[in-house]
Amino acid sequence: MSEPAVRARGLSRRFGQLLAVDNLDLDIPHGQIFGFLGPNGSGKTTTIRALCGLLTPSSGEVTVLGKSIPAAANEVRRRIGYMTQRFSLYEDLSVAENLNFIGSIQGLPRRERRQRIGELLRQYDLESMRERRAGAMSGGQKQRLALAAATIHRPDLLFLDEPTSAVDPENRRDFWEKLFDLLETGTSILVSTHYMDEAERCHRLAILDRGRLRLEGAPSELMGALHGRVVEIDGPDLRRVKDAALALPGVESAAQQGLRLRVLLGPGGGDATSYLKNALANPQLDIHPARPSLEDVFVAATLPSAQERGA
Amino acid sequence: MNSLRRIGSVTGKEFKHLARDRLTLGLIVMLPLIQLLLFGYAINTMVRDIPIGVVDLSNSALGRVVVEQVRVTQVVNIVAHYATPAEGQDAVIAGEVRALLVLPRDLVQRAASGETVGQWLVDGSDTMVGGAILGLRQMPLKLEAGAPPGAYQASPPSFEVALFFNPERRSQVNIVPGLAAVILTMTMILFTSVALVREREKGNMEMLITTPIHPLELMIGKLVPYIFVGILQIGIIIGLGWSVFAVAFYGDYLNLAVITLSFIAASLTLGLLISTQAKTQMQAMQMTVFVLLPSILLSGFMFPYDAMPVAAQYIAEVLPATHFVRLIRGVYLRDAQIDQLAPDIFWLLGFTVVMLTVATLRFRKTLD
Repeated sequence: MSEPAVRARGLSRRFGQLLAVDNLDLDIPHGQIFGFLGPNGSGKTTTIRALCGLLTPSSGEVTVLGKSIPAAANEVRRRIGYMTQRFSLYEDLSVAENLNFIGSIQGLPRRERRQRIGELLRQYDLESMRERRAGAMSGGQKQRLALAAATIHRPDLLFLDEPTSAVDPENRRDFWEKLFDLLETGTSILVSTHYMDEAERCHRLAILDRGRLRLEGAPSELMGALHGRVVEIDGPDLRRVKDAALALPGVESAAQQGLRLRVLLGPGGGDATSYLKNALANPQLDIHPARPSLEDVFVAATLPSAQERGA
Repeated sequence: MNSLRRIGSVTGKEFKHLARDRLTLGLIVMLPLIQLLLFGYAINTMVRDIPIGVVDLSNSALGRVVVEQVRVTQVVNIVAHYATPAEGQDAVIAGEVRALLVLPRDLVQRAASGETVGQWLVDGSDTMVGGAILGLRQMPLKLEAGAPPGAYQASPPSFEVALFFNPERRSQVNIVPGLAAVILTMTMILFTSVALVREREKGNMEMLITTPIHPLELMIGKLVPYIFVGILQIGIIIGLGWSVFAVAFYGDYLNLAVITLSFIAASLTLGLLISTQAKTQMQAMQMTVFVLLPSILLSGFMFPYDAMPVAAQYIAEVLPATHFVRLIRGVYLRDAQIDQLAPDIFWLLGFTVVMLTVATLRFRKTLD
């Protein structure tokens, strides 16, 4: 299919004075996990809600699975799944009751529903909690239940809004395994996160900040683009070195990570390592190039531009 | 000293909460205002202007004199004249008039021989109304031209009074059916409004609206269980009323079902409308209070509708509870039939349709 799963042109959404999403252009391809990476308040949730037809855009056009949103939202709803940031199933219903309810709302006939629920309970390791009330489950279990409910009707496109924010690292890993399983069965996935390790697992990534799309591409591509601009400094008294580094022209950010200082330089500055060696002129420091991480990409992408800094 | 400061901080914070919660703020001001207006102005335990009918079988000048003297007491308001006592009784059962004054064919002879001149047939279910008519029993009449007022003082009372439906004048007879209206108002409106708001508050709504469910389907689905809750409550009230308070149900169960379902429908849809307006369960509860309060005070449950000023009667007419109080007392105590009660039933059904329409229009499947 040449048509992307999601296409947005000039998507904006305003809440009173606040421009939560600002003129967003997006093409989300089929058959991939597409990530939205951004800090809290960057517009991830608002964008996802607008793409699901939950919020009417203030301006711009959205097509999801080839249909215009929100005009054809009802048609599209049968083919998308949405997992909310907050657990939104019924805490006083059991696992099986929750799934049965969602299944019937989604229009699954009784026999198929029973079969599908059995399948989902196996797939998401919930068989032993079939009769457990959702409210009595752990964060990881709730989240697996929510994913099962969001996929009960085998959607073509799945929206996940910070699905792992209330989950420990091990459960997060398992969860991502499930996402790749889903991808295998032909579901395209759009997931928002503020975890770098999660973002790195996505096929493509859009970095959002203050409602704007700052950067888009495959994680490896994005990290590769920073090659030569990231430098690590070992040595004593790093707090002072940090202040000195930040005062240098061309240095965009400096952050201490354990015993090291990680410094990001602006583009087009030549060899970053020798520049810093000369500029800091401190023989006690071990200054060497570092492999760019996604966090570097994120920091570089979300730094205020020169204009914004001036403002 | 530290303790004082901490108490002070909590107090300061609490004031800020109050100032930012408009509904609570409104309740603080409106509650005393409404209560005061209702109790001080609208509610009148001195019953006047009771709507009555007259059957004057004597068709004499003396009959007109008696009727005129009854009228000027201002206790009653003569709204109809009937040709026969049977016709008048039907009007009492239908609730069109609260009492009937029957003057016999031999009125003139009776007056001449100092006997009782007429009979009141009273819907005694409301003890305040019954009491007011009973007060007319001994009223002095002036039956001969030129005689001083009160010259005719029959040794038997001026009128006989027959209290229908509640001859022992027990207030429970009136309270028990009326209570059904108040309890249903409370639970139906509160439950539905809170139930829907809870879905929104807990985030369930966000999940539901991305599914293919239609708003109307969601609303009807949510309302249906409360119909059964309402029926159960009516059952409890009738059962207890009969077993504990000896208020027997004289009516027809089919009629009871028709009026109860109409009222449940009206109340549920009102709750639905509140739910589209309230943002939290607390707000839904506060809004329910605004409906509940006049429903208790103005519906005729506690105080006779006929004794209220016209403005209060207009407000009462808007409330579903007023119509239901009338309906259920009619069915419960007077075995009134559906055709006699049609106007109130139609009103409840119309109310339901309007509320459902407005609620559906207001409920949109977005989070905007």
